[in-house]
Amino acid sequence: MQRIIYFLIRNKDFILFLSLLTISLSININYNEYNKSKFFNSSNSLFSSLYNTKLTISKYFNLEYQNQLLAEENRNLRFMIYNSRNDQIEESDLDKINFNVTSASVIKNSYSYSNNFITINVGERDSIEIDNGVISSLGVVGIIDKISPNYSRFISILNTNFLLNAKFKKSNYFGVLSWNGININKVQLKDIPKQANVSIGDTIVTGGNSLIFPKGILIGYVDSFKLDNSENYLELEINLATDMTNIENLYVLKNNNIKEINSLDE
Amino acid sequence: MNKLVSHIILALILILSQGLFFNNINFLGSINPFIYIFFIAYFPLKNNRTFFIFCAFIFGLIIDVFSDTHAIHAAATLTIAFLRPYFLKLYFGMAYEHQVVKFNSIELRQNLFYLLSIILIHHLILFGMETFDISKISLVIKNTFKTAIFTLITIYILFELIIKRAK
Repeated sequence: MQRIIYFLIRNKDFILFLSLLTISLSININYNEYNKSKFFNSSNSLFSSLYNTKLTISKYFNLEYQNQLLAEENRNLRFMIYNSRNDQIEESDLDKINFNVTSASVIKNSYSYSNNFITINVGERDSIEIDNGVISSLGVVGIIDKISPNYSRFISILNTNFLLNAKFKKSNYFGVLSWNGININKVQLKDIPKQANVSIGDTIVTGGNSLIFPKGILIGYVDSFKLDNSENYLELEINLATDMTNIENLYVLKNNNIKEINSLDE
Repeated sequence: MNKLVSHIILALILILSQGLFFNNINFLGSINPFIYIFFIAYFPLKNNRTFFIFCAFIFGLIIDVFSDTHAIHAAATLTIAFLRPYFLKLYFGMAYEHQVVKFNSIELRQNLFYLLSIILIHHLILFGMETFDISKISLVIKNTFKTAIFTLITIYILFELIIKRAK
């Protein structure tokens, strides 16, 4: 018994090292099912207030580009208003609003890891919910995965755990969109049947199969494609429409019909 | 006592500058130097090893919260803190064993090799755990070397500014 205690005392540094290493490894492995991390994220109040201070300072350096984006979007919206065929919206349409839109700005962006998360300045009080979709004015950027009263965090499209149903704009062939962690401008679209008539530059949009995003939101453009290992499906490289390294103003989409649709599956 | 306070202040400054500034450099796309290794590499030589290892773990964990990562910085920092005495013995030999090594008067070549080996091990564990996929080992090694060069340069500049100045 004494020998065991003596052995433990002599090797206490190594034992401490091993146990702490085990702790950190288990945190890391647990994380791979990504919702389990309870407190390791920057939507914590202390850290988000720090990041908020930083945001208010650094915001000014990027104003010109962001203004340009907003102006461009305003122009498109005006274009749509002036060209719409029915001048008046019928009252019954107002009851059928499918998606609520909330605008948000980025508190903390990240794209240098292979699992990136982004924190934004809206939360539970702005009626944001987990699994709401997040888009920029140019296209899809992610899905909310954690919320606190005033802030929320979303899984960036540049996260190897991110999966999304996507389809071609010109036809209805759909596949699964994911990221392999290598190039921050390119994502991969898999499981497209090989009879789909693909050409370089084709537009890829969200498919209607997920309840998170409405059908037809821009994701990116085809960069290259090849047959996958099974030789039955195509694997496409997609150039992202949004520059993930420079995002500031985002919109959170909340599907109002999600409970009703889910109740059908029960 | 005075020394302890100055080290705590140094640790705080390193954590804040890493979290708020150096994590957002993104040089050439995605290269961010990890300057906080400075704290581990030049921690005072006369220390309680158990305390040092524990300190390093907590230090890494705080960096993790700032970077939205999951204990990968903690594991990497912990490992280099544990291995540090062996590297010191390897590069400074008898001088270390007789406890006459002083960081402000070591040779450039010894210093660089010592730093480089610590940084390479740290980055290898960091990127290895982050990717967590054996089939992407080439990506891990590529990232390790790219980032290590910039970490080495920034830490050496800090060394000249902080430790050489204090001499």
